[in-house]
Amino acid sequence: MDSTKTQRRIVVVGNGMVGHHFVASLVEAATGDHITVIGEEPRPAYDRVHLSDVFAGRSAEDLAMATRETYQGWGVDAHFGDPAIAIEREAKVVVTELGRRFAYDKLVLATGSYPFVPPVPGADNDRCLTYRTIDDLGAIKAKARHSKVGVVVGGGLLGLECANALKNLGLQTHVVEFAPGLMGVQIDEGGSRMLRRKIEALEVQVHTSKNTSRIVAGTDTALSMEFADETSLATDMIVFSAGIRPRDDLARKAELGVGERGGIVIDYKCKTSDADIFAIGECALFGGRIYGLVAPGYRMAEAVASQLAQREGSFQGADMSTKLKLLGVDVGSIGDAHGRSEGSMSFVFSDEREDCYKRLVTSGDGKQLLGAVLVGDCEDYDTLLQYYLNGIELPADPQGLILPASSGQPLLGVSALPATATICSCHNVTKGDVIGAIDGGCCSLVEVKGETSASTGCGGCSAMLKSLVEDELGARGVTVDKSLCEHFPYTRQELYHLARIGEVKSFTELLAAHGKGRGCDICKPTVASIMASLWNEHILAPAHVGLQDTNDTFMANMQKDGTYSVVPRIAGGEITPEKLLVLGKVAQDYGLYTKITGGQRIDLFGARLEQLPAIWAELVAAGFETGHAYGKSLRTIKSCVGSSWCRYGVQDSVGMAIRLENRYKGLRSPHKLKSAVSGCTRECAEAQSKDFGVIATEHGWNLYICGNGGMKPRHADLFATDLDDDTLISYIDRFLMFYIRTADRLQRTSVWMDNLEGGIEYLRQVIIEDSLGIAAELEAQMALVVDTYQCEWKATLEDPAKLKRFRQFVNSEEPDNGVVFVQERQQIRPARAEERLRLVAVAK
Amino acid sequence: MTAAEKYNWEPLCKREDLVAGSGVCALLGGEQVALFYLPDEEPAIYALGNRDPIGGANVLSRGIVGDIGGELVVASPLYKQHFSLRSGACLEDEAIKVEVYSVRLDGDSVLIAR
Repeated sequence: MDSTKTQRRIVVVGNGMVGHHFVASLVEAATGDHITVIGEEPRPAYDRVHLSDVFAGRSAEDLAMATRETYQGWGVDAHFGDPAIAIEREAKVVVTELGRRFAYDKLVLATGSYPFVPPVPGADNDRCLTYRTIDDLGAIKAKARHSKVGVVVGGGLLGLECANALKNLGLQTHVVEFAPGLMGVQIDEGGSRMLRRKIEALEVQVHTSKNTSRIVAGTDTALSMEFADETSLATDMIVFSAGIRPRDDLARKAELGVGERGGIVIDYKCKTSDADIFAIGECALFGGRIYGLVAPGYRMAEAVASQLAQREGSFQGADMSTKLKLLGVDVGSIGDAHGRSEGSMSFVFSDEREDCYKRLVTSGDGKQLLGAVLVGDCEDYDTLLQYYLNGIELPADPQGLILPASSGQPLLGVSALPATATICSCHNVTKGDVIGAIDGGCCSLVEVKGETSASTGCGGCSAMLKSLVEDELGARGVTVDKSLCEHFPYTRQELYHLARIGEVKSFTELLAAHGKGRGCDICKPTVASIMASLWNEHILAPAHVGLQDTNDTFMANMQKDGTYSVVPRIAGGEITPEKLLVLGKVAQDYGLYTKITGGQRIDLFGARLEQLPAIWAELVAAGFETGHAYGKSLRTIKSCVGSSWCRYGVQDSVGMAIRLENRYKGLRSPHKLKSAVSGCTRECAEAQSKDFGVIATEHGWNLYICGNGGMKPRHADLFATDLDDDTLISYIDRFLMFYIRTADRLQRTSVWMDNLEGGIEYLRQVIIEDSLGIAAELEAQMALVVDTYQCEWKATLEDPAKLKRFRQFVNSEEPDNGVVFVQERQQIRPARAEERLRLVAVAK
Repeated sequence: MTAAEKYNWEPLCKREDLVAGSGVCALLGGEQVALFYLPDEEPAIYALGNRDPIGGANVLSRGIVGDIGGELVVASPLYKQHFSLRSGACLEDEAIKVEVYSVRLDGDSVLIAR
């Protein structure tokens, strides 16, 4: 029997963020329904909130929330690029433009909204665009190519996002707003003034109280906007982003109830006037209001999914508090931002030197927080939101909450929050959920994140979550022991600082001052690495030699049979035929197994300890240097062939890779470091899977950081765009030194980033804005390491005392009889145990 | 007669062959002996079989020396198990033990008991 006949049929019209969230919620509820998705756009749902990131280097794929495969995997029947055009309510069928018919038992409308274009003469010019979809972005990009000036009509949240996009496209950008201030819905007049000041400092011109009367052809520019006050503005293109209107035409035609000014009317169960049809997201009108933010849309989606799963589910309105970054400016709005509540009081703090503005709106007795505005500094947002959402009584002097921290007002401790307090608003995780996860056995921040998804969205709550988890674990008597090992009651980061501040230059000194016992195989190499990062003495100097892992001691990589592999540096993967011949000759002479590595170098295996100096003498004579494949240090910087040869390359990626590799070679770090440079956005060098990756643009270089391949792949984050050579290098210098200073032992940059409070934003502040005032110091320290670089192998070959160690036996010239090779595919490999027994028997 | 005098002490190598705070390997007949020289300890020299019984390669002399809970140990460079320098016992697996040799320093010579 066809199972679809017995299954309940759910049809979802619209595949935006909210439509997708609904499908995901329903699939998770495992209701066994047959789900059909009808999407107008040619692609599955994507993150519209971060649309402007596409102009900052993120690809459309990066924004995707789902792929066709996601839906296939869920058993969802998904159709894209074929919009629904009619609902036949009697027959319970949805009809699409291509004439396909989908029968439903329950229908969910998630048709979203469209950008409002004011009815201005000339607004139909083909240089007038809207900003809503990925296709809109394509159109904006195409027009921007032939434009110098761009205007955004609309100074709200979306308008400013869009202005960011135009600015990223290199246009002289203007924002034109009808109202007297920017973001008039979310923030008050004072906040709006500060926002304007900050945005104008970024060379975006702001024009408020402007009523566009018509758009005509310009003289020097393509267009001219004429305003009601008889002023005008010359521009090459215009993007309308002046608010949204619900897409309710489908509902109107089906004669569902709609509001006077649009929007499909829903009740608290998100039901429309037809009990089998729901509406969610920006197309829905609840309590006379359209909720134009994604979080309330998600709550509606969850409410419907929950009902379909035979559980309670309702939408009771949603808090519209929001925290965001517009054109790089932090803006926060909570509750009654304008102080319109009767009898309310306000506290305002404005600092024009630091460019920040904060306002609190409280009840008349000063005990309850009713609203807040934050511009330029959102650090207090989380605390204030908790006061607001949970009705927590304010301290006697509420103004302390927004005054600079030096005034000593304690932040609201997480322990003061009730269990219902929302910690993570992206995933709707409450304090109670977190406590439940810990009661259920989670013993660390990472486990709590995995269990609850808290802090895996925007990451804004990471600091609060961390302190909550630490408090709760502490309360249960679980102490989080961060000691490196039994010899040092410190983390690697703390030891680094102790060594740096105290100018400690040896393990013995450090152990005497800050540790106990004799050390071990954990702390010795860690301290050796710290010493190398700080002072860069030869790793085989007598004070350091006993600290090194065998790979560092013998400057080669130990293999399973006790032999070593040798990897000379081939910077950027570029090698002359002459040098290739040398590698071949050395491998032939010493009978080594050869293999090309993933990092564009050549690995020579099977070298005996006592052969290493002779092998390296030949390599050094031919101009090779050590490749540090054995160290927790910079390995390789891969490159594609770049603009020198490639038809598509826009910069010399090989040249840059060689320059970077030669700069950072020998740098000791908490774990190995890998990098790559690609010559264009095709990204053939796979830079986005590296600790730091560089991708050429027409204007310079984009820098990506904290990527990883390997066991736990992580896509690198775009850190900065269109950098010139020197800026690129200074950012990488600071980034690497900051990582070396602050990471844990054996913590790759990817994990370091995932654990860094404040994430990439914090890192940008430290590295680009120099918020800690240490940028010069980080660069100076890198300069020391670069200037004191020595090829460890070359130095070792020149020192008979160091060479003495490269003997299998101190009292004999015999080789290690435990090393036995067999042949495979014309090369050697270590004999397996049974082969070894056979070979030894034959020899006897 | 002291304990030391009961053995037949045989010269193995020179003190200068040793590396302070670390290990080297010497050949004794057909056997590989890992020698660890810890000048601040009493005694200052220790000897174990060089073969790592877990990894199956002759590498213990190339491990890092230290202590775990006061017990002097070497960590195998292959899979990092710890072996006691005094007893040869593996701290991670009590069923595993490596050979322990009696060694002592005599002036510039390293002597091993046969």
